[in-house]
Amino acid sequence: MSTMRILIIEDDKEAGAYLLKAFREQGHSADLAADGLEGYARAREGGYDVLIVDRMLPKLDGLSLVSSLREQKVETPTLILSALGQVDDRVKGLRAGGDDYLVKPYAFTELLARVEALARRRLGPRGEETAYRVGDLELDRLSHNVSVGGKEVVLQPREFRLLEYLMKHAGQVVTRTMLLENVWDYHFDPQTNVIDVHISRLRSKIDKGRATPLLHTIRGAGYMIRESAR
Amino acid sequence: MKALARLFRTTAFKLSAAYFVLFGVGAFLVLGGVGSRVEAVLDEQIAETVDAEIQRLVELYGEGGLWQVVRSVERRVRAPGGAIYLVTTYTGDYVVGNIVSSPALSAEEGAMVETTYKRRGDADDRDHPALARLAYLPGGFRLLVGHDVEDHLVLRQILGRGLGASLFWLALVGTLGGLYVAYRMLERVDEMAASARRIMAGELDERLAISGAGDELDRLAENLNAMLARIGQLMRGLGEVSDNIAHDLRTPLTRLRNRAEAAMRDGAGAEECRAALGAVIDESDNLIRVFDALLMIARAEAGQGCGAMSAIEVDKIVADIVELYEAVAEAQDASLTSSIEPGLAMQGNRELLGQALGNVLDNALKYGATGQSGAVKVAARRIGDRIEIVVADRGQGVPPEDRERALERFVRLDSSRSLPGSGLGLALAAAIARLHQGSLRLEDNAPGLRVVFSLPVARAAQAPPASSLA
Repeated sequence: MSTMRILIIEDDKEAGAYLLKAFREQGHSADLAADGLEGYARAREGGYDVLIVDRMLPKLDGLSLVSSLREQKVETPTLILSALGQVDDRVKGLRAGGDDYLVKPYAFTELLARVEALARRRLGPRGEETAYRVGDLELDRLSHNVSVGGKEVVLQPREFRLLEYLMKHAGQVVTRTMLLENVWDYHFDPQTNVIDVHISRLRSKIDKGRATPLLHTIRGAGYMIRESAR
Repeated sequence: MKALARLFRTTAFKLSAAYFVLFGVGAFLVLGGVGSRVEAVLDEQIAETVDAEIQRLVELYGEGGLWQVVRSVERRVRAPGGAIYLVTTYTGDYVVGNIVSSPALSAEEGAMVETTYKRRGDADDRDHPALARLAYLPGGFRLLVGHDVEDHLVLRQILGRGLGASLFWLALVGTLGGLYVAYRMLERVDEMAASARRIMAGELDERLAISGAGDELDRLAENLNAMLARIGQLMRGLGEVSDNIAHDLRTPLTRLRNRAEAAMRDGAGAEECRAALGAVIDESDNLIRVFDALLMIARAEAGQGCGAMSAIEVDKIVADIVELYEAVAEAQDASLTSSIEPGLAMQGNRELLGQALGNVLDNALKYGATGQSGAVKVAARRIGDRIEIVVADRGQGVPPEDRERALERFVRLDSSRSLPGSGLGLALAAAIARLHQGSLRLEDNAPGLRVVFSLPVARAAQAPPASSLA
């Protein structure tokens, strides 16, 4: 993942400092704004790949900030952080113009994966491509064909969507909740390892008999599909 | 004195006072009406009789002259009754009759007039009231025929006295009754207020007394008692939750703390420290999960803000969740089959319903599909105006006495708690069902457990009634 410029708008000093440090450790450049107005001003100047906005901010709350930015045609991908985790809160967050919504407390790996996915959306419109290719794995979005080394693999519709999402984000960590949200379109906590089971089913179809697998489990974070030679 | 003032201020007393005034006015109108009506009827009768008498006497005059009239009047005067007769000359001198004089002698001829008269042979020379009519006889004689109306006055007096007496008794009984009712009312309201104060002071099991009369105060008391019971239940629930939270969060918190402390104390190597930190993170994730579920249950039970209700397709949700868990079933060599009726629509929240179903399926696969022939069946169909979603397994089942309890928070029937889980899954599912005005119940699947969601169909989604008019 190339370097991202991230603006973190968070009034909690400790949380802000932690995020700043964590993103910088990942090789990204990050700035911190401590209140809504400052954050709004800096976000309007532009130049950021992703905004991370806390929902409760002094001076200007997160949702108003995002909707004001959208009114000003500032379309920087935005992730809203919130302590409010009910379904409604999430819907409100997305309706205000947020692109993603993450409930506190969260794992940093989850935040990182989501921010990277958002930034990727901005950097290259990969979503428009009609076919994905990772190593010898090919997926045709139009004909719904999947092949490994030129040999067709038969996938269930859901397996196809799962693979499609993973390949769209090839080289990026994709978390379990991201998969549940984007492949199944549900936002609840499935309590068990349902996603893992689906992944292992998919893995048995595309990585069978392969010396170096394409579909990797990233411990404590999620999954990533990438060419093994890296 | 102050107590009496309180009585006078009560609604009951004010009501009786108002009734008293109303009744008084009513009685006055009724008695007055009856009196004047009766008087009118009597007057009419008198007028008829008088007219007939005058006509007869005039005829007699025509037949036999004054002499005939005098004889006839003399005869009539001897008969008892209130009739009055007077015949005078044109100068007003007495000829015959039972009265001495009357102002009516100078009245206009032919009209019935209210007048007075002096009775012949009356010692006190008093004026008596009468209705009379004057007629001229040929030869200048005047004929006055009338009727005494003293009994009219008596009638008026009787009615007036009746009214006065009834008003007096009414006032007496009304005041006393009003005071009594007010007193009783006040007594009971005071009793209720005292109970309420005791409840406020912390005696939460106290209830308002019910007199058994089934009156409005009883109904109020019953409703307030039901409210108190509900509040009590909520408070107990809250108390239980805090106890359970204390227990279920304290245990992992202690574990978390111990792990961190151990890792620090032992001066362990970097590798061990990492492992300990990993465990700490897992533990806190688990805590967050429990916390989230509790919060969601609490909000679902309070029936507020758990996501807006919209038109949802239950069949699709069931299919989605079944598909999601199919892989899990497959991985543990169990079978998960479903029969879903298409077109199940209702008002609801897709996410919450998905979560509830997920929890139930997770449970069924965890506890009900162990062993070789684990089989979980999901069925969704419409029964009348309800949608029923049944998740049935062939596992150990839940004994009847535990079924109610199994839906409570933090209750885990395997006391060993060997399988992962917070004990909140079914409680959350039940809370979500209630939020949809539905219910979740556990039934025997002989063997195994049947979890039945019963949800009311949205009104908007109901099929229009089959029209027999077409």
